[in-house]
Amino acid sequence: MNLAALRSEFPLLGRTENGKRLCYVDSAATAQKPQVVLDAVRRYYVEDNANVYRGVYALAARATQDYEDARADVAALVNAEPEEIIFTRGTTESLNLLARSYGELVLGPGTNVVTSPAEHHSNLLPWQQVALGRGAELRFVELGEDGQVTPEAVAAVVDQGTRVIAVAHVSNVLGTVTDVARIAEIAHAAGAVLVVDGAQSVPHMPIDVKALGVDFLAFSGHKMCGPTGIGALYGRKELLGRMPPVYFGGEMIEEVTLTGATFKEAPYRFEGGTPNVAGAVGMGAAARFLMSIGLEEIHRRDVELANMAADGLRRIEGVRVYGPTGHRESGVVTFNIDGVHAHDVATALDADGVCVRAGHHCCQPLMRRLGATSTARASFYLYNDADDVQQLLAAVAAAKEFFRRVAG
Amino acid sequence: MSLDDVYRQVVMDHYQNPRHHGHLAHPTLSVGLHNPSCGDELHLDVLVDEDGVVRDAAFEGQGCSISMAAASMFVDRVRGKKIAEARRIAETFKDLLRRREADRSVLGDLEALEGVSQFPARVKCATLIMNAFEQAIDRIQAEGGDPK
Repeated sequence: MNLAALRSEFPLLGRTENGKRLCYVDSAATAQKPQVVLDAVRRYYVEDNANVYRGVYALAARATQDYEDARADVAALVNAEPEEIIFTRGTTESLNLLARSYGELVLGPGTNVVTSPAEHHSNLLPWQQVALGRGAELRFVELGEDGQVTPEAVAAVVDQGTRVIAVAHVSNVLGTVTDVARIAEIAHAAGAVLVVDGAQSVPHMPIDVKALGVDFLAFSGHKMCGPTGIGALYGRKELLGRMPPVYFGGEMIEEVTLTGATFKEAPYRFEGGTPNVAGAVGMGAAARFLMSIGLEEIHRRDVELANMAADGLRRIEGVRVYGPTGHRESGVVTFNIDGVHAHDVATALDADGVCVRAGHHCCQPLMRRLGATSTARASFYLYNDADDVQQLLAAVAAAKEFFRRVAG
Repeated sequence: MSLDDVYRQVVMDHYQNPRHHGHLAHPTLSVGLHNPSCGDELHLDVLVDEDGVVRDAAFEGQGCSISMAAASMFVDRVRGKKIAEARRIAETFKDLLRRREADRSVLGDLEALEGVSQFPARVKCATLIMNAFEQAIDRIQAEGGDPK
């Protein structure tokens, strides 16, 4: 599919903002939705809506089938087995569920969790809080020159007490890519598991959980062109089988008495209550959509545009670009204009139809390290093109001139 | 919407040359406020006398031009005013940014921030100082039983 045809699949991209062509470069926050996803959600509600698992009638069987088909599609995206995919509300819930369930299984005094100071709050706080509650230690990896998490730095803090290593695959601030395959080897050699925050990687690059050797992988539907309010936790089958449920209620039980209960197998034991079926259907459609384009191709385009943008931004005098100094390997580019607060930059870009994120990106410890209270972030995805890069660069240059003038 | 409406000269002047920046030697109360969505931080010292007059105030913080300019303008505006009057200025300013009827005559330089109303996501930047001030005054009145 050529790019113009692909862009036309996304109804919102055809809109204008403030009379300007919409330049949506905030996909690391959330992605736009293609028509196939919108249609799948609508079709589910119009044709198949019923409660899953409970009904004996044909309509309920179709709803259950849709839900399980979606699980299989999401599993296929990361080369997992369907029963290794737990549907959640998103990456945050995936990581919280995991920290509570697996964390409480293995963490206690004398054990530790290894993570990095570059994590999104959603991969820091669940481990921080469960470690506090269980009397375990939280250890931090020393970040490399460009802010990356290297296998060597992980190995330096891992020891026999390490039970969990939790790192992001792609940093949502710096765009750096972590070598999770080598970190998985380090984890397994120490008898620990590797938890990967895949929020910024699963939508953007080919992921094979078996080849990478990751034990758990958390990701969100809305960042991969699916609906909001749906996400997934992949867990290796034998690990999920050992983990206790966290949410108790309907449809996650085998047998209940007034004084006790037994629970279904994974993944069902983790999905108490009526799940977000329409969300799952939409996420499944998004997974098929991404696979039909090809994750290699998506990654190639992200990287090409991000490098083009980073190079162009560096050429604007007075603009500072964060993250890798050399070739970038993801679609994230974070920057500041000297002397101008990122929020002011984002407002100026907004007036030119350019949507970027500004703030601390839910990474306050990393921002302190960068010596910035806030930064602006552009992030590219499969529907972005060279025009988006040019519009961004022109808007940044104009913003710089504008603030020079009004501050003069 | 136009950038020139927001980033007016008087706004940028307050941002670059903030009035009453720093701390008071003996404040009646200090409050620190934090805008978790952007990481902006603001510290406000207030000195209120027995007659319920804001004798002095000073602020310090880090943030965008709008939050810092609004802080400078607001502190400058309420010094020497009765508490009730200062509250009215804060309320009037919030009304202005919500595009409601507002008596602009009480606002002074703050009126220059009216353009922020075109950027709803930035209203909280402009009103951070008012929230800090109202919190400080609420606590002074609750703790001290100040009738004014």
